[in-house]
Amino acid sequence: MWARAVKLGLRSWVGWRRGFTSKADPQRSGRVTAEVIEHLERLALVDFGSQEAVARLEKAIAFADRLRAVDTDGVEPMESVLEDRCLYLRSDNVVEGNCAEELLQNAHRVVEEYFVAPPGNISLPKQDEQEPFSHI
Amino acid sequence: MLGRTLREVSTALKQGHITPTELCQKCLSLIKKTKFLNAYITVSEEVALKQAEESEKRYKKGHSLGDLDGIPVAVKDNFSTSSIETTCASNMLKGYVPPYNATVVQKLLDKGAVLMGKTNLDEFAMGSGSTDGVFGPVKNPWSYSKQYREKRKQKAHGENEDSNWLITGGSSGGSAAAVAAFTCFAALGSDTGGSTRNPAAHCGVVGFKPSYGLVSRHGLIPLVNSMDVPGILTRCVDDAAIVLGMLAGHDPKDSTTIQDPVKPFTLPTFADVNKLCIGIPKEYLAPELSSEVRSFWSKAANLFESEGAKVIEVSLPHTSYSIVCYHVLCTSEVASNMARFDGLEYGHRCDINVSTEAMYAATRREGFNDVVRGRILSGNFFLLKENYENYFIKAQKVRRLIANDFVNVFNSGVDVLLTPTTLSEAVPYLEFIKEDNRTRSAQDDIFTQAVNMAGLPAVSVPVALSNQGLPIGLQFIGRAFCDQQLLKIAKWFEKQVQFPVIQLQELMDDCSSDFEIEKLSSVSLKQ
Repeated sequence: MWARAVKLGLRSWVGWRRGFTSKADPQRSGRVTAEVIEHLERLALVDFGSQEAVARLEKAIAFADRLRAVDTDGVEPMESVLEDRCLYLRSDNVVEGNCAEELLQNAHRVVEEYFVAPPGNISLPKQDEQEPFSHI
Repeated sequence: MLGRTLREVSTALKQGHITPTELCQKCLSLIKKTKFLNAYITVSEEVALKQAEESEKRYKKGHSLGDLDGIPVAVKDNFSTSSIETTCASNMLKGYVPPYNATVVQKLLDKGAVLMGKTNLDEFAMGSGSTDGVFGPVKNPWSYSKQYREKRKQKAHGENEDSNWLITGGSSGGSAAAVAAFTCFAALGSDTGGSTRNPAAHCGVVGFKPSYGLVSRHGLIPLVNSMDVPGILTRCVDDAAIVLGMLAGHDPKDSTTIQDPVKPFTLPTFADVNKLCIGIPKEYLAPELSSEVRSFWSKAANLFESEGAKVIEVSLPHTSYSIVCYHVLCTSEVASNMARFDGLEYGHRCDINVSTEAMYAATRREGFNDVVRGRILSGNFFLLKENYENYFIKAQKVRRLIANDFVNVFNSGVDVLLTPTTLSEAVPYLEFIKEDNRTRSAQDDIFTQAVNMAGLPAVSVPVALSNQGLPIGLQFIGRAFCDQQLLKIAKWFEKQVQFPVIQLQELMDDCSSDFEIEKLSSVSLKQ
């Protein structure tokens, strides 16, 4: 039964993505292609959810493009404002811990002292797959 | 008693004029009365009363822990608090109870502060209005002030006064509202792009951003690791200095805190105004700046000049690019920091169990709102292999140029910069939501985010009321790690401008009728 619920949930997501590419939105610059969208969604494991979100990303990119106007020849990238100082790590001694029970309490699925995760190494369904999990 | 400064109340406690328990109960009752402001997500009543009791015992024995002992404080809900739910105003962390205290929270508690509760914010501190959290928006107490209402009566008659309430600014709006409404004497906020100073200006309180590296970030749920700092909100500069004195210093658990010994932060009266050099950055005269703010900025500059200080125009040439640079760096770091929320070890978890990727994806879709998801996706775009050099590295280079702008200005003899904090006074919520979060943030952070990129200390001091009876604040920016000098100057300035106290008496008297309005129009409040 849970497999069916999963299929319904994921199908709506996959269905959105399929539907999205078939429409041509005049507001969009086309910079963010369907390929990029799929790639980003997979990397971020967060979905766009709507046309508006994609349009917003395009606006964000257009906004960021303004940086091109700045002349940065010979300028080193700045990672931290404290780059001129030595920042120290703690010495590698164990001084606290032994709080497994406390930490496990925040997790939803736990078995003895393990966090329970679903099976790994199964990629998200691609856009053009009809039945993503027919093998389960 | 609740309207006093932290120092005054501390003296009253030491002299026995009031006990910590009485003080705590007064604040708790005021929190209940002002619930419609939605400033608090969690009110830690039992914890607070217990802490107050312990403080009382200490006072009775004459063993008070110092100026903060027994003082009610509030903490923004993105700081981890042991055994108290910490949500970041997000579905992702609803029900999450941290097993530890953030260092700054621990320091406050070690000094005897009484924790009233966790305050509301924009989800994961992303936003400039405190309107985008899952517990609803925060209302600016000034919407209900006599000063504002009297001005409105002159304009609109018979209007439902509650429907056009004003935003607090963000993202530490709950903390600012909590302090402005007298429910606590100090509150912690976080400042990544102006999140402490912006709501401070809109709510008429002091919002202080320490130098990056001065105060520990351990336990502050991170947004942008290279720019975040804990911020302090109080009703006067002296109080902010007291709190800073308790919080500053190296933390072995935060390797980005500097190891230099911290000087004490008592603020002597500043008498050498005529030796000061104030810089006015000309690029900050933005066209969108309201004429009222511009006029107060100008008056402030004149005030310093009339006292003998040197006031000069300076240039920060890369100002127009700083918001763009901030946007790229912020979204990139956010994309990385938000990756920890996968539902496995803490936080929300969806019901899908088909695969880890599917579970993560669904959990994150359910847990994050549009704003957070948008920033994660933008950040991931800028970090793609093909974009990394052109966006992320480029932004890092521009960041250096911006930081150098400040260094050059301070090297030319300027002690402190004076700028506006916000473009205008607080706007009504209905107007604020006409634009999306990213646009608003880009507009509202314009004066504040460059400071975060350079890691400098800055403070927003309330100056005067606008024509509409709303607070306007101005910002002072200091040299890195010269926080004490910055606060000294701010304290002097505060004394000159004599910002009026908010008049909420009317509100207290007819608070029962406000409850009725609140039931009809409010978003669901956390119980």
